[in-house]
Amino acid sequence: MTNTFIPLHELAKIIRSKNAGPFRLTFDVIFDNDDAYNLVRDCSALNYPTIAALFKISEKQICSLYTVDAARAIKITIYRPVDQGALGETDSYGCQQHVPLMTFKVPSS
Amino acid sequence: MRSITVLTPTGTLGYGFDFLAFKRGMDFSPDVIAVDAGSTDPGPYYLGSGKPLVSRFSTKHELEIILTAARFAQIPVIIGSAGGAGTKYHVDWTAEIVREIAMEKKLKFRLATISADIPVERVKEAIQRNEIRQFEASFNLNVEILEKTTSLVAQMGYEPIVKALEDGAEVIIAGRSADDCVIASYPIWCGINVAQSIHMGKILECGAFSAEPFAMDVMLGFVSDDHFVLEPGSKNRYATRESVAAHSLYERENPYIQKGPGHQIDLHKCQYEQIDKRRVRVTGASYERDNEYWIKLEGAAIIGFRTIAIAGVRCPTMIEKIDFLLEKARKKTYEYFSSKILNIEYHVYGRNGVMRDREPQKTISSHELGLIIEVVADDQETANSVCHHLSGTLLHDHWTGQVNTSGNIAFPYSPSEIDSGPVYNFSAYHLMKTPDPLELFPITFEDI
Repeated sequence: MTNTFIPLHELAKIIRSKNAGPFRLTFDVIFDNDDAYNLVRDCSALNYPTIAALFKISEKQICSLYTVDAARAIKITIYRPVDQGALGETDSYGCQQHVPLMTFKVPSS
Repeated sequence: MRSITVLTPTGTLGYGFDFLAFKRGMDFSPDVIAVDAGSTDPGPYYLGSGKPLVSRFSTKHELEIILTAARFAQIPVIIGSAGGAGTKYHVDWTAEIVREIAMEKKLKFRLATISADIPVERVKEAIQRNEIRQFEASFNLNVEILEKTTSLVAQMGYEPIVKALEDGAEVIIAGRSADDCVIASYPIWCGINVAQSIHMGKILECGAFSAEPFAMDVMLGFVSDDHFVLEPGSKNRYATRESVAAHSLYERENPYIQKGPGHQIDLHKCQYEQIDKRRVRVTGASYERDNEYWIKLEGAAIIGFRTIAIAGVRCPTMIEKIDFLLEKARKKTYEYFSSKILNIEYHVYGRNGVMRDREPQKTISSHELGLIIEVVADDQETANSVCHHLSGTLLHDHWTGQVNTSGNIAFPYSPSEIDSGPVYNFSAYHLMKTPDPLELFPITFEDI
């Protein structure tokens, strides 16, 4: 049996990151069709352990993971690695932290 | 069914909108123009310093268009989180621009300003009474942190704005406000369903960010007791089921619960329905009043002064040793200045400037690196001295295999060091209980 994978950016229409208040960072993965959304939602490949590995954080640093059928979206929120405005911060709006999600491997069979 | 039309010209006052889209929006005979002017999104600097987020030029230019149209149509204008962070400085700054426009354009109206500044003493009392709650901050709020806090505001709910409307205000400049409540306050004052008004407020406060193609531009909301309809001002934009639903996720954690001062809106049963190519109808939000009224505090404290130097690295013999050389220079600088230094940071663009330890790509593939050397110290002069010492150390460092001995980093500017002034952090982001939604948000009226 061979496992095949599709990178998430080939399935999703939007993959974005953004500050959600000064202490959290939120990621939205939004799909433009039910097939792609259902595939990613139902395979549960995006889960606490894989998200932690993707962003090199511990599972405790993940606040929440939602699926939002009305928006065909998966939403991940983590504690900000560095608080907004604190010393050592690199991305005030948190809007360039999404790239590891783009290449996330979704099992397709 | 009774319906109220709200025109929101843009997502942040001063960030621009299309004049034709605004004019078209005014053709719908809106009942109110409501716009948000701030947020914590740009970081703690604006709250800490009291400096406006947007230039005076942009703010005046846009307010001129809005006020002139609103007075001609005899409808109120509501501005929330004035000036960027909604402190007293920001409210006063905005009010001064509004008075100037009124004089130049010969406009007459009743102006209300609503302060959102919270006296530090009031919060200290709340700590003693156990009326401060942890929210999302990574630390507890205590007296020591409050002593260092230079600016402290709280997000008002819709109630103070409704009160100002009740007392005849035609132009309202509110300090820090819950952004959805700024948009929702007028419909709520008219007796429209609170859940629909606030849910619409959350989408409308970003202007045409909920449309396709998204932009800082005009958006209209038509709200009644069991639904609301969204339509972009510009004919070149479309509100779609997808764009509106996607926006309901934007820059927030919980897509199903929208919390605000004294209430929460439950969005589990929301439905988004395409009416025609450019309009979406939204239904299903419900309102739950909290038993106690808690407001969100936002405080900023000064933590030092910053100097930066920007430099480019092109020589491959330096790029291959970049980490070693940067750490060597940092160590030498710490030794030279001993305890005077607060913090040295390197931002190495072309390696991991954006993602630091979380950067998945481990090797440098670029032929050049962009380097920002950042020093934060107790005073500006020290920050500048340290930064200059550090950039000088890197400029003239020597290593085995070096081929160019005349200088290692390319400065685009003279002076190479740029003082960026005071640095703030968020020192409060906690909830405080209040017996009355109006207690901490005094309203001042002025006939102009």
